[in-house]
Amino acid sequence: MPDWLIIRTFWDLTVTGLALGSIYALVALGYTLVYGVLRLINFAHSEIFMVGTFGALLASSQFLNIPLLEDGNYPYRTGMTLIFFLVVILIAAMLFSGISAVLLERVAYRPLRGNGESVGAIVLAFLTSFVVTLIFIDDTKINLIIALIMTAPIAYSYLRIFKRGRQAPRLAFLISAIGASTAIAEAVGVWGVHGRDQYQTARLLEKKTLFNLFGTDVRIDYVIVIVGALLMMTALTLFVNKTRLGRGVRAVAQDAETSRILGVNVDMIIIVTFALGGVMAGGAAMLFTLVYDQTRFNIGFILGVKSFTAAVLGGIGNLKGALLGGLLLGLVENYGSAIFGGQWKDVIAFTVLLIVLMFRPTGLLGESLGKARV
Amino acid sequence: MANAIVSSFRRGADSFGDAFHRMNKWQKYSFYAIVIAALYMAPFWPDVPVLGAIVDTPGTQFSTVLNDQVIIFVLVALGLNVVVGLAGLLDLGYVGFYAVGAYVTAILTSAHGNLPWLLSLPIAVVVSMIFGVLLGAPTLRLRGDYLAIVTLGFGEIIRLTAKNMDWLGASRGISNIKKPPSFLGLEFGVLDPKPYYYLGLTLVLIVVFVLHRLEYSRVGRAWVSIREDEDAAELMGVHTFKFKLWAFTIGAAVGGLAGVHYAGKVGFINPDNFPLQLSILFLAAVVLGGSGNMYGAILGGVLVAYVPERLRNFADKRVFVFGVVLVLMMVFRPEGILPKRVGDEHKKRSSSSATEEVAS
Amino acid sequence: MSEVLLDFNNVTMQFGGVTALSEVTLQIQRGEILGLIGPNGAGKTTCFNVMTGVYSPTIGNVTFNGASITGLKRYQITKAGIARTFQNIRLFSEMTALENVMVGADARKKSSVGGAILRTPRQRREENEARERSMELLTFMGISDRANNAARNLPYGYQRRLEIARALATEPQLLCLDEPAAGFNPAEKQELNELILKIREQGYTVLLIEHDMNVVMKVSDRVAVLDFGKKIADGKPDDVRNNPDVIAAYLGVDDHAS
Repeated sequence: MPDWLIIRTFWDLTVTGLALGSIYALVALGYTLVYGVLRLINFAHSEIFMVGTFGALLASSQFLNIPLLEDGNYPYRTGMTLIFFLVVILIAAMLFSGISAVLLERVAYRPLRGNGESVGAIVLAFLTSFVVTLIFIDDTKINLIIALIMTAPIAYSYLRIFKRGRQAPRLAFLISAIGASTAIAEAVGVWGVHGRDQYQTARLLEKKTLFNLFGTDVRIDYVIVIVGALLMMTALTLFVNKTRLGRGVRAVAQDAETSRILGVNVDMIIIVTFALGGVMAGGAAMLFTLVYDQTRFNIGFILGVKSFTAAVLGGIGNLKGALLGGLLLGLVENYGSAIFGGQWKDVIAFTVLLIVLMFRPTGLLGESLGKARV
Repeated sequence: MANAIVSSFRRGADSFGDAFHRMNKWQKYSFYAIVIAALYMAPFWPDVPVLGAIVDTPGTQFSTVLNDQVIIFVLVALGLNVVVGLAGLLDLGYVGFYAVGAYVTAILTSAHGNLPWLLSLPIAVVVSMIFGVLLGAPTLRLRGDYLAIVTLGFGEIIRLTAKNMDWLGASRGISNIKKPPSFLGLEFGVLDPKPYYYLGLTLVLIVVFVLHRLEYSRVGRAWVSIREDEDAAELMGVHTFKFKLWAFTIGAAVGGLAGVHYAGKVGFINPDNFPLQLSILFLAAVVLGGSGNMYGAILGGVLVAYVPERLRNFADKRVFVFGVVLVLMMVFRPEGILPKRVGDEHKKRSSSSATEEVAS
Repeated sequence: MSEVLLDFNNVTMQFGGVTALSEVTLQIQRGEILGLIGPNGAGKTTCFNVMTGVYSPTIGNVTFNGASITGLKRYQITKAGIARTFQNIRLFSEMTALENVMVGADARKKSSVGGAILRTPRQRREENEARERSMELLTFMGISDRANNAARNLPYGYQRRLEIARALATEPQLLCLDEPAAGFNPAEKQELNELILKIREQGYTVLLIEHDMNVVMKVSDRVAVLDFGKKIADGKPDDVRNNPDVIAAYLGVDDHAS
């Protein structure tokens, strides 16, 4: 057996690959859900994940008041305290991501479908006035005050424009998503406390070895990630298959028009879809901070593209595909960097995407793309 | 209210367009000549009494802004307009072609060669076109959304490859890139941006000329038909794959050209000069100005490049601002500020402009 | 003069579990007007789509002018000489009527990117010829007064006729019209019939899908009937009209219901 890095560290790579892949899979669910229901790539989903990590950060540092270091040591907790804290952080992340996802839908997508409503109008009005003040004044407090004052009248006129109800061309949805994604990431980068630098999150869990597998020490945080991700995905699958709302999601994914005729509230279903994807991304965000203890304004982008790759790899629109694709991608990325070198990790992911789309665009578990409609 | 401002701007542009069409050949040529002369005189605009105060950029030399920002963005917007605006192919990795052009020039004139800048220009453009084919051939079969992600990946692959390969300078980048040759008494030195601006403006004019010819030919029609309804176009005999590939390739050529100009001016490049955010700004320029309309693209390029410099306050927030602008444009006016005017429809404007607003 | 232009030979078309066409054999003679009718869902548009290369038949093949066109790319089939219109109008909305037709005429051009940039003599000649030919077609269709209007602003009748003009611009031998009379009133339908006859006089062969019997029966030389993906009748309009199978297919008989 040659003494290659990949062979020496195979099981280690496998464990970390599965953990990383679980995170990809959770985020991939968001892409695949929205695509299945709207036939649209939610380009801003990556920022939904990023917002979730900041939700986790805020929960642990501000709400739970856990310091980064206690007397020079990590603020380890154990037992029920640990579980309680982790659950709180998880809920915070899920709330942040879920709510942002729903807001995103109402601000950047719904108006383009021709049925924009008040929430979207208010947020867009605020953003408009904020941006206009930014151009002329450089004091954030003043910007915010003026923006808040101007929001109401502008929102009112926006609502009147919304009532004209025209559907935007497909390309517009994508560009709107890109704009939203960029704006969210940049907002955090510009106005966040540490700006574009890295933010540390408190390490609550002592990363002990849980057991030994084929000569590799398996850390507890990896196990939590893999198990946690599987639990969340099971919950999602149950929701989609067993509940009334879940049935609605599946119905709209198959045929939106018919669902509408049959009385399904399609707009509500769309919100639910975004919320589900957001909550999954929030879960992924919490697990991410658990393993990596850090976040920054632009982690969304790279992770988002990789998760999207995972979704496509597994078969877009297919929930099991998201899981399979995520795990596979995590493994491939790890093995690949052992072979080619760590700096090429991201290139590997992009290359996988290219290859999948070129040779098997339907993904491993299938959902066909690119069919002509005549 | 903003809608009204934009519409009146557009109405102004339209009536100008009408008057223009009514001019005879000589009047048109003199008009072009005046405009072109004024553009070449642009570095001196800040010196003009009233205009100067309006136009000058605080904190940065006006002609530096003209060259380093405006010309680059205008060139790129023109190229990207072919891909996104005319053919309707959403390319999110356009910065990749820009980087290829810059790096080829850098390699040929500095890192691994000793060619003069002028000779590296056509080679860099051709290499960009080859990358356009390499990217397009396997991916243009994909429908819109997927093409967007894949092109995004391409842009990042280019940047990451440059960052990880020593042969391309890795993170250090490549310096000592040669300057354009002296010409007509113009010296391309380090301090004065004016010669670069004149060169850049000339490149813009040439590109406008070539693209105009393409747009008003079967090639341009094929592109628009693909954008409007690709399946129907194919059934009308349009070889869609070939023309999509041409759109990509020509877009790549223009992007590469911009990169060559950039490299020649700054003399030193590294991977951080080509981030994803640039692709977003490029896209914003085309979309904001009016995709599908060459003059809209120019307007968009000028806006995205110039406004943050003129109103310095939001310079470091510019990407955020343009992200929000993209969303607002898509919600309220997806066609951009100056959309392409189709046929004679403007003649109806006089009678029913109010209903036009609602309908459009 | 009866020479087989299109030979649709034992074509079966399956999509997953659904059989849209089942062993359909159909021939179109040069110079004739063939009507294709049948109840909704019978497979008429699928037939069209197989002929024009949108779908590749699961079994069977299609021959045009003696050469097989099965598996050819769509734009190649157009170049071979088959053109079509669409059931729900698919014009290029952001182009003028003239430009729409010119896209069709462009199909026969030889010059491309190089010619366009350099404005070679050949390119300029082809461009002028295409423009003239397109105006001729617009005039032939009676819609030349709106040549420079955006396609999306044209009234419905104009749009339908524009689609036909665009298809004719590709210089086809076989013109396939997919429900050209949809949305027309009786007077317009009469005009359409005359138009189709005029087109045939110009030397084109016409295949027509239509629901309205007034149009189909009056204008077709022959009529073929599809039902549930099978061809159930094929002959002169009067014969087909009185064919019991055809009547049953449209009106429904107890046998079919159970």
